[in-house]
Amino acid sequence: MSSNHYIQAFVHIKNETVSLHGNTLLAAPKTDFSTFSKTAYKELGTKYPKFFKMDRLSKLAFLAADVLLKNDKDPQENTAIVLSNRASSLDTDMKHQNTIADAANYYPSPAVFVYTLPNICIGEISIKHKLFSENSFFIFDRFNANYLFDYAESLLKTKKASKVLCGWVEVDAGNYEAFLYLVSDTGAIKHTIKEITRLYKL
Amino acid sequence: MSSTFVSHNNIISSLGCNSQSVVRQVKKETTGLSLVTDERIHPKPFYTSIIPSEKLTESFKEIGVIDQYTKLEQMLILSLKDVIDASAIELDDRVGIIVSTTKGNIDVLEKNSPFPKERAYLSSLGDAVKNFFGLSTEPIVLSNACVSGVLAVATAKRFIAQGRFDHVFITSGDLVTQFIVSGFNSFQALSDLPCKPYCKYRTGINIGEVAASVLVTSKKTGLTPEAVEIIGDASCNDANHISGPSRTGEGLVRAVENAIQEATIETEDIDFISAHGTATLYNDEMEAIAFNRLRMLHTPLHSLKGYFGHTLGASGLLETIVGMHSLHQNTLFASLGYTERGVSKPLNIIEKTTPKQLSTFLKTASGFGGCNTAVIFKKANKNHK
Amino acid sequence: MSDLKQELKEKIIEQLNLEDVAVEEIGDNDALFGDGLGLDSIDALELIVMLDKDYGIKLSDPKEGRKIFESVEVMANYISEHRTK
Repeated sequence: MSSNHYIQAFVHIKNETVSLHGNTLLAAPKTDFSTFSKTAYKELGTKYPKFFKMDRLSKLAFLAADVLLKNDKDPQENTAIVLSNRASSLDTDMKHQNTIADAANYYPSPAVFVYTLPNICIGEISIKHKLFSENSFFIFDRFNANYLFDYAESLLKTKKASKVLCGWVEVDAGNYEAFLYLVSDTGAIKHTIKEITRLYKL
Repeated sequence: MSSTFVSHNNIISSLGCNSQSVVRQVKKETTGLSLVTDERIHPKPFYTSIIPSEKLTESFKEIGVIDQYTKLEQMLILSLKDVIDASAIELDDRVGIIVSTTKGNIDVLEKNSPFPKERAYLSSLGDAVKNFFGLSTEPIVLSNACVSGVLAVATAKRFIAQGRFDHVFITSGDLVTQFIVSGFNSFQALSDLPCKPYCKYRTGINIGEVAASVLVTSKKTGLTPEAVEIIGDASCNDANHISGPSRTGEGLVRAVENAIQEATIETEDIDFISAHGTATLYNDEMEAIAFNRLRMLHTPLHSLKGYFGHTLGASGLLETIVGMHSLHQNTLFASLGYTERGVSKPLNIIEKTTPKQLSTFLKTASGFGGCNTAVIFKKANKNHK
Repeated sequence: MSDLKQELKEKIIEQLNLEDVAVEEIGDNDALFGDGLGLDSIDALELIVMLDKDYGIKLSDPKEGRKIFESVEVMANYISEHRTK
């Protein structure tokens, strides 16, 4: 399938490292996600107090998206967000389940429950960057470049979006990994399944 | 661009185990909601619509080993099997599968669940469906809060338009669980009574469960009599708040405008709106503001939550199917529970089930995360017009 | 009473994840919602859970909450009057 679109920018966050276009922006010492995300928030110059209210999945997606979108010289209100992962919001689901498991200590928390949906992280990104755009959260067994490619192409071709922020954001069993890329009309890398797969593995 | 249709369909709910029987009940204005006492789900009695487990396993054991499948998997498989069988489509690599759910098998996290916790992964739900039917393509699990069911229809259309598939089966479902009910209760969003969308006396939602499935196809041959064409679709975020509906209805207004634009029709061409109408104070108010901004205050409108409760990831697909049958039967279905306007802007709520020539309807949904989806459907079979 | 107010300020910061706010920055009469601390609807619901869990006070009407959560001062008065634990 052919495409006239390009991967304008991409970012990875994993193993205490944030990299943009494969170049390290931040490398922190080995630690847990909570400590790392706080470090990344400060080092990357993010100013957004609501960040600290977010769950881990939203923090991860938010940080990754923020790196891409604040470096975008031609920001578009109509930038769609299409994210995916394997574990959905299971990390926070367990947290909510713990608040209701014991009848004698039954205090479900609305601030936890609201994050028991994977697409909340898309909402957080949309609020920060004022994106009134298409949203979709997909769950795959593993990173699926084919489906992400098709969906992004379809949004761009039908003019439902002028850019698409795509990728993978996973927080599960203490591990985390984000790979986001921005598809648009301009850029140096062709938007193809092969290139998406190659960049993901960087 | 080529056309895409929604054809074969199934609903399993407390009102029946296929679309025809469920729609028959809706037409008679029968609710599936009842007061249920089950302390495993909620400390006090609550209104809900639940698929009886005994009846479900009774049906399922004819096609599968009951111990190997969770309740939700049994619901989805039974519902989807009805659609796949009726369509007689060969399940090759031109056939996609979308599973729409918000929480999947979340009940396996409960202490007494006989299933391993790994079954809570939504992809394992997709795998269960894929393996049962021997599908050859990777399942696409869509989990986008309360718009999932209707967004799944738009998603199917998009994958077909992109040339990935010729046909896409969608199955959708969510359970009434302690997980969900406790969460909505912590939001003080649950109603103590059967819900009353848009009504002055509404006090919140009821959570319900259904499984709903459809075939979305690019082939115009072999469509069911109630089949519809998807003529426009769009989603827009409010970019405002992760749980509170926008005070201006911004995302919903934009979604409907974009869907209408794609459909190349006017708002007057829409015969009725199957709206979201959860019966919370803020959601219904937001919709009233949005439909007034869209100048659709005179378009007949209903919420089906009074029949089924809010069925989460299935609601959008369930309500699409009921809408298809509404068009086919040329009948506007009543918005159950409504007696007196309780939103600040006028809406044309369908108060009584009424015969009327119909051809086009708009389905909308809004959800946590600020998402809003609008899809416009038109009768596929002209002779029924 | 001043102990309770101090305790409330600490709890608000912790439970509502107000990372950048210090106890000293919250005045007894500062507005918690709107222009004050800028809390939102989820925070209000979370404070309702806190009243129940820590002080045994059950509120069922969120509107009632809005009045009680006007400031730390108002909250402390309400809690000392109605607490059951």
